[in-house]
Amino acid sequence: MNSREEILGRVRAGLQRNAGNAAAGREVMAAALSSNSQGPKPAFDATPQALLERFRIKSEVQASTVDIVAADADVPAAVARYLGDMKLPKTAVVQPALAALDWAAAGLTVEARGARDADLVGITGCFCAVAETGTLMMCSAPDTPAAVSLLPETHIAVVQASRIVAYMEDAWNLARAELGSLPRAVNFISGPSRTGDIEQTIVLGAHGPYRVHLVVVQN
Amino acid sequence: MEIKSMHFKANVSAKLADAVLQGNLKNAKGKFVTKRAEAIKDLDDFEATRDAAAAIRNKVIDNLDLWLERFEQKAKDTGATVLWAKDGAEVCRLVIDIAKKHGVKKVTKSKSMLSEEAGLNHALEAAGIQPVETDLGEYILQVDNNEPPSHIIAPAVHKSLDDVADLFHKIHGTPRKTDIPALTREAREVLRGHFLSAEMGLSGGNFLVAETGSVALVTNEGNGRMVTTLPKVHVVITGIEKVIPTLEDLSTLMRLLPRSATGQSISNYFSILTGVKKPEEHDGPEHLYFVLVDAGRADVVGGDFHAMLRCIRCGACMNHCPVYQTIGGHAYGWVYPGPMGSVLTPLYAGIENSIDLPHAATLCNQCGIVCPVKIPLPDLLRKLREKQTERGLRPLTERIGLRLWAWVALRPALYALGARFGARYLKWLASGSDRIRILPAAPEWTQGRDFPAPQGKTFRELYAARQKTAKEST
Repeated sequence: MNSREEILGRVRAGLQRNAGNAAAGREVMAAALSSNSQGPKPAFDATPQALLERFRIKSEVQASTVDIVAADADVPAAVARYLGDMKLPKTAVVQPALAALDWAAAGLTVEARGARDADLVGITGCFCAVAETGTLMMCSAPDTPAAVSLLPETHIAVVQASRIVAYMEDAWNLARAELGSLPRAVNFISGPSRTGDIEQTIVLGAHGPYRVHLVVVQN
Repeated sequence: MEIKSMHFKANVSAKLADAVLQGNLKNAKGKFVTKRAEAIKDLDDFEATRDAAAAIRNKVIDNLDLWLERFEQKAKDTGATVLWAKDGAEVCRLVIDIAKKHGVKKVTKSKSMLSEEAGLNHALEAAGIQPVETDLGEYILQVDNNEPPSHIIAPAVHKSLDDVADLFHKIHGTPRKTDIPALTREAREVLRGHFLSAEMGLSGGNFLVAETGSVALVTNEGNGRMVTTLPKVHVVITGIEKVIPTLEDLSTLMRLLPRSATGQSISNYFSILTGVKKPEEHDGPEHLYFVLVDAGRADVVGGDFHAMLRCIRCGACMNHCPVYQTIGGHAYGWVYPGPMGSVLTPLYAGIENSIDLPHAATLCNQCGIVCPVKIPLPDLLRKLREKQTERGLRPLTERIGLRLWAWVALRPALYALGARFGARYLKWLASGSDRIRILPAAPEWTQGRDFPAPQGKTFRELYAARQKTAKEST
């Protein structure tokens, strides 16, 4: 008997599995999988303006910084301003999905590709954002590679205000509606990477970015 | 991992006498407790969320075979390979086979308690494959002569800044630093090279999602993302009990797990990984393996300890345990410390190898109160004590003592006489004080505390006297 059969056999023995309770179990399983019922969630104002405000506040709690601009065309200048203020290099890797913005006009040198170890600044979009916790939802794809938000020391993310949802549950529904199935990697990101492994002292910048800057586009 | 829980009492004495450890534990204990208390305030109805989480976990473990089959099918549909391991030895065999198949020389690891159970690092090294722990805490322990973790969330919680400063100075050959951000950066720079050169990444799994065939990883440092994004092979090692039904259930559990563990409303990274890299993608592994591990879990299903399978490994029970706070994690002698460890160690590593653990509890129920999935930990500890008695594993003196007590307790007149004698003896022993410093019959009890002295009369005597005065005054 192989390990799979042996393990499942012992689980079945523990549950006193028989044809009758197997059918009942399958019904429970089918109901759970089809209902997609949601658990209790903290209540808050979910008007678009309130969602944006909550997202901003919660993102700052997570140690991200937030800038709000009027339109997509304002993004490169906002990124250049941030990099200048922080005295960071004006060279960045950008997810191919954002290649069309006029980065050069803002004085930035960008390469649209996947990330490499030497990249110091990574610019990404996001699939949507979650107001409850101040969280970005990143979905991997050929034009949105995952490592751009991971390898560089600085991560700048462009967030469309219209894509700020209230809860993670709303983000799943958006993914089901727009993508069908889940991409290889969904990464929920809430601020810069951190560790508390030495004396429970929180240090920003463990293995991932030291800083996360969000440029929210209001449109 | 080799089990050392049979040496619990000796371990505890050593840990209590270790002034450095006691200082580190004192420094750590308040932080987890206050952060959690603050974080659960965001949830309008924390209790309802706990109920929902417990119901989600029950739904799966009550039909675990069906959910495992369902998860396996969905994972295969995404292009993953699903393997099964009966025990730690089989985990090691499977992982080494995978490594050899793909020509792997170096494995970067995100934190996996199951790999600790299996002793995987040791096995990989013996097979000529280099394992590199990349969680900062786990890395600190690995370079300190493979010291085992003392906490499931904060593995190096027993170490002080000075300890780490000395260690990095010695291991990295760099000037000694006492600044925590500088030490963190030093580890980052060392480990970045490993992330980029490893051919295989190994992670645990916080949850397996049956709806989508995905693994969900809860991390803060970004090392979990590195090991699941950069190498060409990703292996997930996880217990068979980790399945949950849907993405919505994942969201409910995520409201509780980081809050209970570190007091965060959400971890920095929460990654849901499904299948392998597509040819046109820039990053991600080309091969994804799940190793679903039994190692004692299947035998727990449907039995007295079934509820323990709900555990989501947050560590809140140990953070709030007065015993854990006093002795630290190493004294428990195996992978899982604290109340959850005192239940899991006997179940997974043998009840006869961990006789003292279920007794290392005051049954104060702090653990039960904070458990996000409402596991009745004190009840399970009490049940394990019963099992020890049923299996004749208690010491001879205790067994004879209890028999004697039972024999006397069945004879009320004799019992009353014995109690009267006992109360007077203890009063005499106290010789005028209200405390007894040393109990000759049970010196262990008075090693760290005094025994309150009875006033010389039994409850029944006092009750009878009170009845008598009441009758006389009417």
